[in-house]
Amino acid sequence: MKEYRTVAQIAGPLVFVEKTEPVGYNELVNIVTADGTVKRGQVLDTSDEIVVVQVFETTAGIGRDSGIRFTGETIKMPVGKDMLGRILSGGGKPIDGGPEIVPEKRLEITGAAINPYARAPPADFIQTGISTIDGTNTLVRGQKLPIFSASGLPHNDVALQIARQAKVPGSTEEFAVVFAAMGITREEANYFMADFEKTGALERAVVFLNLADDPAVERIITPRLALTTAEYLAFDLGYHVLVILTDMTNYCEALRQIGAAREEVPGRRGYPGYMYTDLAGIYERAGIIKGVKGSVTQIPILTMPGDDITHPIPDLTGYITEGQIVVNRELHRKGIYPPINVLPSLSRLMNLGIGKGHTREDHKKVSDQLYAAYAEGNDLRGLVAIVGKDALSERDRMFLEFADLFEDRFVRQGLYEDRTIEGTLDLGWDLLSTLPEEQLVRIDRELIQKYHPKYRKKAQG
Amino acid sequence: MKKGTANRTQGVLKRISGPVVTAVGLDAHMYDVVKVGNEELMGEVIKIQGENIIIQVYEDTAGIRPGEPVENTGLSLAVELGPGLLTSIYDGIQRPLEVLVDKMGNFIERGVSAPGLSHEKKWEFVPTVKKGDEVKAGDIIGTVQETNIVHKVMVPPRSKGGKIKKISGGNFTVDETVCTFEDGTEIAMLQRWPVRVPRPVKEKLNPDIPLITGQRILDGLFPIAKGGTAAIPGPFGSGKTVTQQQLAKWSDAEIVVYIGCGERGNEMTEVLTEFPELEDPKTGKPLMERTVLIANTSNMPVAAREASVYTGITIAEYFRDMGYDVSLMADSTSRWAEAMREISSRLEEMPGEEGYPAYLAARLSEFYERAGRVVNNNGTSGSVSVIGAVSPPGGDFSEPVTQNTLRIVKVFWALDAKLSQRRHFPAINWLNSYSLYLDSLNEWYDKEVSPEWNPLRAWAMGVLQKEAELQEIVQLVGSDALPDEEQVTIEVARMIREIFLQQNAYDPVDTYCSMSKQYDMMKAIKHYADLARAAQAGGATPAQVIGIRSKNELPQIKFISDYVPALEKILKDMEAEFDAMRAA
Repeated sequence: MKEYRTVAQIAGPLVFVEKTEPVGYNELVNIVTADGTVKRGQVLDTSDEIVVVQVFETTAGIGRDSGIRFTGETIKMPVGKDMLGRILSGGGKPIDGGPEIVPEKRLEITGAAINPYARAPPADFIQTGISTIDGTNTLVRGQKLPIFSASGLPHNDVALQIARQAKVPGSTEEFAVVFAAMGITREEANYFMADFEKTGALERAVVFLNLADDPAVERIITPRLALTTAEYLAFDLGYHVLVILTDMTNYCEALRQIGAAREEVPGRRGYPGYMYTDLAGIYERAGIIKGVKGSVTQIPILTMPGDDITHPIPDLTGYITEGQIVVNRELHRKGIYPPINVLPSLSRLMNLGIGKGHTREDHKKVSDQLYAAYAEGNDLRGLVAIVGKDALSERDRMFLEFADLFEDRFVRQGLYEDRTIEGTLDLGWDLLSTLPEEQLVRIDRELIQKYHPKYRKKAQG
Repeated sequence: MKKGTANRTQGVLKRISGPVVTAVGLDAHMYDVVKVGNEELMGEVIKIQGENIIIQVYEDTAGIRPGEPVENTGLSLAVELGPGLLTSIYDGIQRPLEVLVDKMGNFIERGVSAPGLSHEKKWEFVPTVKKGDEVKAGDIIGTVQETNIVHKVMVPPRSKGGKIKKISGGNFTVDETVCTFEDGTEIAMLQRWPVRVPRPVKEKLNPDIPLITGQRILDGLFPIAKGGTAAIPGPFGSGKTVTQQQLAKWSDAEIVVYIGCGERGNEMTEVLTEFPELEDPKTGKPLMERTVLIANTSNMPVAAREASVYTGITIAEYFRDMGYDVSLMADSTSRWAEAMREISSRLEEMPGEEGYPAYLAARLSEFYERAGRVVNNNGTSGSVSVIGAVSPPGGDFSEPVTQNTLRIVKVFWALDAKLSQRRHFPAINWLNSYSLYLDSLNEWYDKEVSPEWNPLRAWAMGVLQKEAELQEIVQLVGSDALPDEEQVTIEVARMIREIFLQQNAYDPVDTYCSMSKQYDMMKAIKHYADLARAAQAGGATPAQVIGIRSKNELPQIKFISDYVPALEKILKDMEAEFDAMRAA
């Protein structure tokens, strides 16, 4: 392999190389520094005059005397059965002291788009044991449902609880978990690892760790390595894979850093104009394929800078993913765990996975009614602050109380409390029964008579 | 299309930067289709700079090197038009996705081409003209029973026409000659048309017929005309996609073209699995039989996303030329604009607002201008109604794509995340939405629904507007502080919102509401309002009036298909209750 010593310029994570033979776009590059270390990079722009290489590690040590080797192939990930239970670096190298991965296949990490025609519609309800997800924002196999959080909130606990409890009721198939950390602190990583080990989840997990002090640019490939692994486990080996990506905000920062180094025209808030397409290349790698056994379900986690849901990162994410679970600071301050605010939360695929044959026939209507009643009660809180509770009508007071009850009993649950879907729905009915029956306008008479505690008691007694 | 000067059809690649590549040593014209690299990836010339030919590539360019060959086909990006379009599912450059699965498996690999139409399948062609007839461009010369839709075979728009020498019925592939003119010109069923050029029409007509959608808030309050344009902006999670799918399912257009432009894979799958199963309410046949789907999901190549809306509207125009009413949904035009922005930034063009290219407004208006109800060159009339979704970042309507779209379209259905959080669906905000077609459609509603309809709609809008004002007061002082009369207004407004405006897309009955049912429902609410007013004039308190029990039955009407007896009973009960109140 030819080695070039024609580095013309180094700027941030980018190395500009001159006078090369034709080099392929996106090709993998090895850079050999004076002391013999080999760093990896990828071709971002290629022409017969200059080649731009993005280096995945720190550029410290790279100089005009460094040797550049173009490998002639795009970045590939070695994958194999024995990856389960392993901990890898953000660049895909084992860091648990174990042996190298024995590759059964080497796969392109960019991953091709699933042909929409080959996709099967998601339909299997995943029970996470968390009422605010199962009851009102149901997760479905093959979905990508992000957690929108902010710094200082317990999103990691929620993610872990999901990873721990997720199952498809009535199915014995187990989930494999692919966990990719991007730019999280050592402490957070330890927390995750300790929980994985304690619950025995590690043996069915593959962990990729890019920590806060690892090179930012490596974060660009970490989720792609993780998803390539997930696709292999799912579509080659038939596992149902749950992918947790945290924290996507750090990934986007890395993207912006490269854009700036390339002197690109920036889009909103300095993030590159192609961020939507780039994120889509990650999030869209979830789904089910017709006639293939496994599935990939994604739970990306991102922290909203300044709690701002309109910030480009949550905004573009929300346009690609199928809903979002919003973790809320106010609820957290009230001491409620999990502090999931159901009002801005949404699962777009919910209707595919609930109802008769999936969960229970009353699921949709109960969920709608809970939403509506809680929204109304929540609105009234603003009013109470101005006019006081006494100025409210009887009806309004009931909704106000409902909102408090909802947060206290439906939202709040224990870190290890694993509620069944029936339990969640019955709890919903319990809460709804505090409202007069004629206020339950979203539920048909028939269902009320079947599930409303008042009639149930009558039927029993 | 021969290019007289094109002599150097082979060039070499000089630079590759994502989906944009530069070639030299090649003669090319703007928007020529080229084959890039050893794998012959499809691309299109988008800029010429001296010797440098800049090309956007419709497939992934990883691994392509400088020095690889580039070949100019000398043709513009075109679609194949003919029998076989209906029920098809294409990507942005009209490759059938089903064929791609057969050719390259479950994932979209590159370097595979597939024609838009089957060139093997035989169709039964029935001539509608005979030997000796004089035909011109656009004229219908025969028909093919494509699905339950009759496909009309037309003389291509750029043909000179002529006197028919030979025409015969029988089974033909799309390439075989079905008709020969005296000057020797042969006509096959297949036409090719460059996607970036509108197909010609004779004249545009006024928008005075509504496109009936079965959605109460749309037909009732903010109608779109056949051949009209509408925008659905909505922050994510506001139910935009469901609204669009409802429109595709229920609008009374004969042909539906649905463009999933840069949207979610699973959502497209939902469309792809749902449409073939859905029954067309008018024919009882699968809805898919009158549908063409274009699915270029967000992670498929960005240049193909840019092309997808043109592919879609060209297909829509082709069916319009046959005399059909076509409705086209583009979901989402923001993703299309972003594709333009991405390519523009790779071209290192001077950016306009928020990094979008300066020609954004021009491209958007060119696209929407291809809508319209028209008289075709063959004398038939048809329409293309365009409903474009926009996805404003952060729900901020002041961003360039939304603003430039609003300047062009006539109907605005303002989706509102607040409403959807409250599970008010369709989450279309009745205060911010508008339709500029109301005046031109008045006459139709007078004639086809009832002369009472227009005043009824104005009344409902008035109540909703009034409620918005009153709500401000209620926010401050509580509802008890309102005058008696206004407390009832609030109640009536609530009924309009919950009974008329809210519609359940997943309920088998409520998903479609006929215009006459809409009229009856609104009339019933107005009837209550009138009775309430009269009762109040007679001294009834707001609590008494609001406490009328039978009105609580009204929402159930939505879910009953044969609703008339139930509605009559409710109205009778309601009158009886009011009578009893008066007596007491």
